[in-house]
Amino acid sequence: MAVTVKFFASLSERLGRSEEVIKPKGPLTVREVWAAVVADEPVPENVLIAVNMEYARPDAEVSDGDEVAFFPPVTGG
Amino acid sequence: MTVRVEIRGSEFDPWVELSRYQETLGNQGKYGATAVFIGTMRDFNEGVRVKSLVLEHYPGMTEKHLTEISQQAIDRWGLLDTMVIHRVGEIRINEPIVAVAVWSAHRAAAFEACRFLVEDLKSHAPFWKREYLAEGIRWVEKTTPG
Repeated sequence: MAVTVKFFASLSERLGRSEEVIKPKGPLTVREVWAAVVADEPVPENVLIAVNMEYARPDAEVSDGDEVAFFPPVTGG
Repeated sequence: MTVRVEIRGSEFDPWVELSRYQETLGNQGKYGATAVFIGTMRDFNEGVRVKSLVLEHYPGMTEKHLTEISQQAIDRWGLLDTMVIHRVGEIRINEPIVAVAVWSAHRAAAFEACRFLVEDLKSHAPFWKREYLAEGIRWVEKTTPG
C-alpha cells in the first residue's frame, strides 16, 4: 500500500520536507505514519493532523491511498 | 442556497465581490439581513512593525473545510447564502485578507452565523501566516483573541 505524507508551514520548514510517499506493508495508525517518516521524535503535542483532508487523531487508522498531513496551529483570517 | 468559497492568489476588492455575488443570488426578495466581516492586513503584530505577510495554505483541505462550515452555518441558522474569499501568497499592508458574508431573513442569524464562520476559519481552516519584519521573518504562532 501507499500513503502520501504532507507537512506544512513551520513544521515543514523545521523537518526540511513537505511531501513524501511511504509504502507500509499493511494498515497503520497516524502515529505509526509519523514514526515511519520522522524517526527521531514522537508527534509533537501541538501538531494538528488531517487524514484525507479531515481532522484526525494520532490513533486514527490509515489505509492504502490515504493522504496524511501534519501541521502547526493554523493562523488564517 | 449558494455557498461560495474561493482562495485568491492576488488582491481582491471585497465590496465589488459582494455586490457582484449578491446580484447572482437566487434568493432576491428573501433576505432581510446581510452580515459582512473583512479582515485586513495590519502594520503591527505583537508589538512589532510588520512589512508584509505571506500566507501559506493546504490546497484542497482549505476549500473543503470552508465549504463544510458554510454548509453547517446554513443548516444551523437557516441562512440563504454564504461567501468566503481568502487570500494566499504575499499580502501588503491594508490589503484585505479575508471576506466573509452571510445572507439571511433576519439579523440575529446573520450576525451569529458570520461570527461563527470567522471564528471557525481562524481556528480550523489550514492557513499559516509568515510575517516579514524589519529584522527577519517569523511564523505567526497563534491568532489574536477575538
